[in-house]
Amino acid sequence: MNIIVCIKQVPETTEVRINPQTNTLIREGVSSIINPFDAYAIEEGVRLKERFGGKVTVITMGPPQAESALREAISVGCDEGILVSDRAFAGSDTWATSYTLAGAIRNVGKFDLILCGKQASDGDTAQVGPGISVHLDIPQVTYVKKIEEIKDNLARVERMTEEGYDIIEAPLPALFTVVKEINEPRIASLKGMMRSKQAQIIHWSAKDLGLDPDKIGLMGSPTQVVRIFTPPPRAGGQILQGEPSEIAEKLAETLKGEII
Amino acid sequence: MSIQIIIEKCTGCSLCVKACPFGAIKIADKKAVIDLNKCNLCGACVPACKFKAILLEKPVRPSAKINVGDYKGIWVFAEQKQGKVQSVVFELLGKARELAKLLGTDVSAVLLGHNMDAEAAELIWRGADNVYLVDDRQLFNFQDDVYTNILVHLVQKHKPEIVLCGATTIGRSLISRVAVRINAGLTADCTGLDIDPQKKILLQTRPAFGGNIMATIITPNHRPQMATVRHKVMKEAAIDKHRKGKIINEDFKAEDLVSRTRLVDIVEEIESLVNLAEADIIVSGGRGMGGPENFKILEKLAQVLGGAVGASRAAVDSGWMPYSHQVGQTGKTVCPKIYIACGISGQIQHLVGMQSSKIIIAINKDPDAPIFKVATYGIVGDLFQVVPALTQKFHEALKK
Repeated sequence: MNIIVCIKQVPETTEVRINPQTNTLIREGVSSIINPFDAYAIEEGVRLKERFGGKVTVITMGPPQAESALREAISVGCDEGILVSDRAFAGSDTWATSYTLAGAIRNVGKFDLILCGKQASDGDTAQVGPGISVHLDIPQVTYVKKIEEIKDNLARVERMTEEGYDIIEAPLPALFTVVKEINEPRIASLKGMMRSKQAQIIHWSAKDLGLDPDKIGLMGSPTQVVRIFTPPPRAGGQILQGEPSEIAEKLAETLKGEII
Repeated sequence: MSIQIIIEKCTGCSLCVKACPFGAIKIADKKAVIDLNKCNLCGACVPACKFKAILLEKPVRPSAKINVGDYKGIWVFAEQKQGKVQSVVFELLGKARELAKLLGTDVSAVLLGHNMDAEAAELIWRGADNVYLVDDRQLFNFQDDVYTNILVHLVQKHKPEIVLCGATTIGRSLISRVAVRINAGLTADCTGLDIDPQKKILLQTRPAFGGNIMATIITPNHRPQMATVRHKVMKEAAIDKHRKGKIINEDFKAEDLVSRTRLVDIVEEIESLVNLAEADIIVSGGRGMGGPENFKILEKLAQVLGGAVGASRAAVDSGWMPYSHQVGQTGKTVCPKIYIACGISGQIQHLVGMQSSKIIIAINKDPDAPIFKVATYGIVGDLFQVVPALTQKFHEALKK
């Protein structure tokens, strides 16, 4: 099976802090990690390879430093890393990003399955996975929590819903976005880490992919940010003092109107 | 296409430095300098500059030049499951009516399903002027391909200027496909929607970077302008049974019903019968619960309040509660009227999933727990005393 996993390098959000004096983001010392949801996609790709044989190619679009995310993916079992990077991609929204990644996947060649995390932790849009599947004109299943079986180019999967899950059959090639429930990502072995250090990362630019310059970066993005601001902090709360039953009574009286 | 500082206009005031979410601008020799390796061309600095000294050129690609004036009206995708229109649709209709007033246009709901006449009528009572109804047995359940085909066809035929959709499992899966197919801009999880009074375009505000900052996003040159909104973010439109509207039955092509994937079964899990995203009140437990058996006291409180039980990642990872109850960055984002956090310290990953709740009550032994920073009411104490007391007092208060 030829499996492609799309990942994104994101800031480790726990470390994003606002400077209260200037109301700006403090980015110094913010380290980058693989989007937590993508770690499940990587693990699932590696598990499928272990079951069915084949190859896992991991792709990311981002600045040159995103190479470290690819190496991390290789350290846990991916075979090959591709960095799609070009100044021309700056300002891409989800439309342009999915177009660009679809172009990179076409450039890889034949594939059976594309795996993505359900969304990225910094943007939270959940739009790029479905976008890629449209650009490549292949079926999608989102929020996959289990790949039950793959037989004769047909995958049977469980899609997580608000109420439970759907069982869906999808012919391959297809694109799945996966949720946390699907697996528990492994930790890199020493051998894996050695291998990832030596791995050659492939670099592709906009030209390498033969992309339409009108459909990438800022120009290919229908949406545009016009303002970024810090939301007013939550109005200061109050600490309630006293015996539990007194506090409870006070709260019940104050809030009963909200409940009915 | 690039960004540049007009040196003559720049005063070195550093307002742009503060506005840049990527830390890409520095002041050198009393002028702003943009580090293009860090700049993402997001444009946040442009309106921040009071001297109009930052120029961001965004040429429109010729193929995308459409006549935006041809697009009229606001659409709401009326998501239904098992024949029942989801409550987020009524919330979107409430917002759509406000926007329609500002634009002087009408509101339409798009309903795909089977035998949905009563639901179509309710959509009118809830604020739709038109309901585009597509009825077929095969539309009873959501299927990615089929729903995409039909919605694309309808949007191309009727040309709405705005399309709103719930940020649900179905909504997010569907609308992302539609937006790419029709070459439209899509903004996810908007917490604010407004109309620019001059340009008459949709201002879409959403949290970025885990909710620490907000971004307002526009779609200047493409139509429709598409946005998703989560449950409970907008106020539900009230029912007015005197409202009048039109139900328009829409045709579709047979090939639009072809699905590459096949829905084999729908499984409902008992433990997640209370949909966390739809709950008005959530009682959540964290590491301080001490063990799975103690969640019973939260269930009792939730029962009295008519709410659902949530859990922090710590409680889920310990195996005390199923993942479907997890609130936070890797779980669900919720926005209930009341969120009661019991024995949850309030790590940022948890806060981003619940901090937009209207009222937050936090119960924790540790007075320095970060949860108290976002709490409307903080109770420093033993949850095993406080929670049963709350259950009793709310029970009494609500009986009256």
